[in-house]
Amino acid sequence: MGVLDSKVPKGPLADKWVNHKNKIDLVNPANKRNIDIIVVGTGLAGGSAAATLAELGYNVKTFCYQDSPRRAHSIAAQGGINAAKNYQGDGDSVYRLFYDTVKGGDYRSRESNVYRLAEVSTNIIDQCVAQGVPFAREYGGLLDNRSFGGVLVSRTFYAKGQTGQQLLLGAYSAMNRQIHRGKIKSFTRHEMLDMVLVDGKARGIIARDLVSGEIERHSAHAVVLATGGYGNLFFLSTYCMGANVMAAWKAHKRGAFFANPCFTQIHPTCIPVSGDHQSKLTLMSESLRNDGRIWVPAKKEDAIAIREGKLKPTQLAEEDRDYYLERRYPAFGNLVPRDVASRAAKERCDAGYGVNKTGEAVYLDFKAAITRYGTEKALMSGLNDPDEPTVKKLGEEVVEAKYGNLFQMYEKIVDQNPYKTPMMIYPAVHYTMGGLWVDYNLMTTIPGCYAAGEANFSDHGANRLGASALMQGLADGYFVLPYTIGDYLSNDIKTGAISTESPEFDEAEKHVRDRIVKLMSTNNQHSVDYYHKKLGKIMWNKCGMARNAKELKEAMDEIAELRKDFWENVKVTGAADTKNQELEKAGRVADFLELGELFAKDALERNESCGGHFREEYQTPEGEALRDDENYTYVAAWEYKGDPSKAELHKEELVYENIEVKTRSYK
Amino acid sequence: MKLYLKIWRQKNAKTKGNMVDYPLEGIENEMSFLEMLDVLNEELITKGEEPVEFDHDCREGICGSCSLMINGQPHGPDSGVSACQLHMRSFKDGDSIVIEPFRAKAFPIIKDLIVDRSAFDRIQQAGGYISVNTSGRPVDANAIPIDKHDADTAFYSAACIGCGACVAACKNASAMLFTSAKVSQFALLPQGKVEATERVLNMVRQMDLEGFGNCTNTGACEVECPKGISLENIARMNREYLSASVKG
Repeated sequence: MGVLDSKVPKGPLADKWVNHKNKIDLVNPANKRNIDIIVVGTGLAGGSAAATLAELGYNVKTFCYQDSPRRAHSIAAQGGINAAKNYQGDGDSVYRLFYDTVKGGDYRSRESNVYRLAEVSTNIIDQCVAQGVPFAREYGGLLDNRSFGGVLVSRTFYAKGQTGQQLLLGAYSAMNRQIHRGKIKSFTRHEMLDMVLVDGKARGIIARDLVSGEIERHSAHAVVLATGGYGNLFFLSTYCMGANVMAAWKAHKRGAFFANPCFTQIHPTCIPVSGDHQSKLTLMSESLRNDGRIWVPAKKEDAIAIREGKLKPTQLAEEDRDYYLERRYPAFGNLVPRDVASRAAKERCDAGYGVNKTGEAVYLDFKAAITRYGTEKALMSGLNDPDEPTVKKLGEEVVEAKYGNLFQMYEKIVDQNPYKTPMMIYPAVHYTMGGLWVDYNLMTTIPGCYAAGEANFSDHGANRLGASALMQGLADGYFVLPYTIGDYLSNDIKTGAISTESPEFDEAEKHVRDRIVKLMSTNNQHSVDYYHKKLGKIMWNKCGMARNAKELKEAMDEIAELRKDFWENVKVTGAADTKNQELEKAGRVADFLELGELFAKDALERNESCGGHFREEYQTPEGEALRDDENYTYVAAWEYKGDPSKAELHKEELVYENIEVKTRSYK
Repeated sequence: MKLYLKIWRQKNAKTKGNMVDYPLEGIENEMSFLEMLDVLNEELITKGEEPVEFDHDCREGICGSCSLMINGQPHGPDSGVSACQLHMRSFKDGDSIVIEPFRAKAFPIIKDLIVDRSAFDRIQQAGGYISVNTSGRPVDANAIPIDKHDADTAFYSAACIGCGACVAACKNASAMLFTSAKVSQFALLPQGKVEATERVLNMVRQMDLEGFGNCTNTGACEVECPKGISLENIARMNREYLSASVKG
C-alpha cells in the first residue's frame, strides 16, 4: 500500500528519539529567518509551538478565533499534568508512564510516539517552572503531586484545579515575548476557512477576519494545525462553545487522512444535564476521584425515593450504598480509567439506580475524605481527641485547599453545597483521541501540514488517561514539532517567500467565498443551533457510550439527511462582511455534519470494543470491553473521497515490540 | 419567569448604539445568564432579527471572554463568578435587567456587547513573561525550592482571567489590578526576579499608553473581580515600580 509511512525510526525504543534528533536535517539560523510558518490555534500545543519556533528564528503567524491567545480552551483543564519525575519515590519511571499510557489507551496507540511523550514529560515540568508557572508546592518548597486514574503512582503536577490555565498562561507569556520581538505576528479573532496546497504541499491558509468579515490570504512554508478536538459534534460537551473541527476538516478534504474519528472520551465526572436549555456541560476534575467515593443507592426503591425528593443521600446508611467502582474494580477502585468509570455509571443508571430528577446521575461523596483529613489535621494540631464538628471543620479546610474552586463552581451551577451533601455527576463528552493522522514527525499526509495536540491522533489510543492531554499538548509544541519540522523545512531554504497570487490561492479563496454565499442563501427555515442540537442528539444516542451496528447505520443515514436539510434550510441572519456569530457557527456546524457521518462509519467498521469505543456486540459476560487484537490492532486512517460515506480506509498496523499486549484489567 | 431586558445594541465600531427593550418569557432558575441570552437570540432569529452578539467561550468561568455589565455591575450581582456562571436564580419574575458592554476608553466597542480588549494583550507583551527559551535543558524543577506561601500567593495573582471587570468597575477605568497581578506573580518567584525592574517599568508604561486611567484606591476592582484578585497586588506593584524607578 505504501500510503501510510509512519517514519518511526529504527533501533531500540529508548534510543529512537535521541537518535532521530541526531540524524534529522536542521535549518541554519540565518536561513530560518527566511522561512515562514503558520500556526493555527493557540492553546497549549499551538501556543508552545509558536513560541518555540519563533525562539528558533522562524517567522511565525498565529491564528485564533478568540480575542486573545490566552482564552484557548486548554485554559479550562483542571486537574493536572503528568510527568515521570518520580519525585515521590514511588517507583515511577519513563517506562512506567509509557506503559500506563499504552495500556490506558487499550493498545491502540503508536508505541514509539508514546515513549517519546513519556521521555520529554520531565522536560515540560522543568520548562514550565522556569517560565514562572506557580505549581502547587509542599511546605518544604518542593513540587507537590497527586494521583490520577488508571495508574498506581503519584505523578501529576497541578495548580489547584486550574492547571490548564496556569500552563496556558505560561505558553501565552512565551508567545508574548516573541510577539514583542516581532517574531510572532498574532492574528486574533481570525478563523481558518481553508488550506492552500501548492504543488501538493501545504503553503498557506484562507482566513476570515471575524470582525470585518474580510477574507484574507496567508502563505507560509509550512502550516501547523493545533486546533483541538471535535467533541462539540455532540452539541453538549465540556468543550468551549467555539471549539470546532474546521481547520482539521478542511485539511482532511484537501488530502490529510483522518484517524480513528470514533475514539471519543466520555468523562465520568461532569455536572449532569439540567434541562433542554443547556448549552454546555461542566467538568468536575478527575482529581476529585482521589478523595471522592462514587456510589448509588443499593436498593432501587431508595433511588426512586431520592429522585422524587423524598429521601436525601445523607440519610442513607453505609450498607444501603453501592460503591460500585470499589465493588467491581477492587485494585483501582474509584481511580479506574475514564472509559471504565463512565460505562460503569451508565450501567447503574440504565439499571434504574440513578439519582437526580432525570435518573442520570451518580454520587461523588467526600464525607470519608473530610473525616480522614480532619482527623489527621487535628492530630497535627495537637488535638488528640477532637469532637466531630472540629474534625469536620478541619477536614473541610483541607478539601477546600485542594479543590476549592471546583466546589465553588459546583455550588454555583447546582445550588447545592458539596461539602454537606454528595456531588451529583454523570459522564459527558470531553476529549477526542481521534484526529488527523500524523507520522512520527507529526506531519499529516499532506507534506508541510503538521498537526499537534488534541488535533492529532497518535498518543492516546482508544482512551486517554487523566492529566495526559496537557502533557501531550506541551510535548508536541515545546519539544517535538520544533525539532521535526526542521527536517522538512531544510528543503525550503532556497524557496523564498510563497506568493499569495497564484491559481491555488485563487481557487481556495473562491471556494471559501462560494460556501459563505451558499450558507446565506437558503430557504431560511431553522437556526444553526436547531441543526446542531439535532446532530448532537443523534451522536449521543447512537454513537455515544455504547454503540451497535444497527444504530450506527441509522446514524449515518440520519446525519446525511440532516446535512441535506441544513444546506437547504439553515437560517443565517446578518451579513457576511461584518461581525456575524451566526455565520461563524453555521460554518462550524456544516463541518460537524460531515464529520459525524465519518465518525459513525468508523465506529461501524471497528468490530470490537476498545477504550472509549464500546460496541454492545463485543463484550465479556461481565460487561467489560472485548478487544479483537487479531483483526483490529491498527489505526483507521480515512481518506476523503468527495463524501464522508465514501471515505476510503487505510490501515496503519500497530506493532508492539516493547510491551505485552494483554487484556486490560483494573480489577 | 418573565424578564424585561434592556440591551445595548450597536452595529459596529463606527455607528452609534442605543438601548433596546426586549421582554422575555419562559426563563428558568437553572439557566445560566448566557443561556437566557441564548433563548432571546433564538427568538430574535425566529423573527428574522439579528441576534445580540456577546463574547463567550468556555462558559465555565475561566477563559475570561465574558464582558457583560449587568445592572451596572461587571458580571452581575453574584460575587466571585463571571457572567457565564451567573444563574437566573439570582433574579426573580418581573425583574428588569440592563445589559451593557464593559465600558472604557481603552476597550472600544466592536459590536453590541463585544469590546476590544487587545490592550490587555499589549500590556502582557510589554513584559509579562520570563525570558527563558525552550531548550529541554533548564535546571531541574525542584532545584530551587520555593516557599509554599510565596508559591501560593503567586498562584492567587496568576489566577487572573483577563476579563477586564476591574477596568469596567473602576471610575477611572484603571488597569492597575490586571497589570499588578502579573507583575506580582513574577515578583514573588525567584525565576521572575531577574527581570523585575524592566518588567514593571515596561508594563506600566504600556498600560498608560493604552489610555487606562490612574488608580485612586477606591477598591471597586477587587470587589468586582470574579477571581478575587487582591488589592495587595497593586500595593506590591507600586513598591516594585518605585524601587525600579530609583534603580532605573
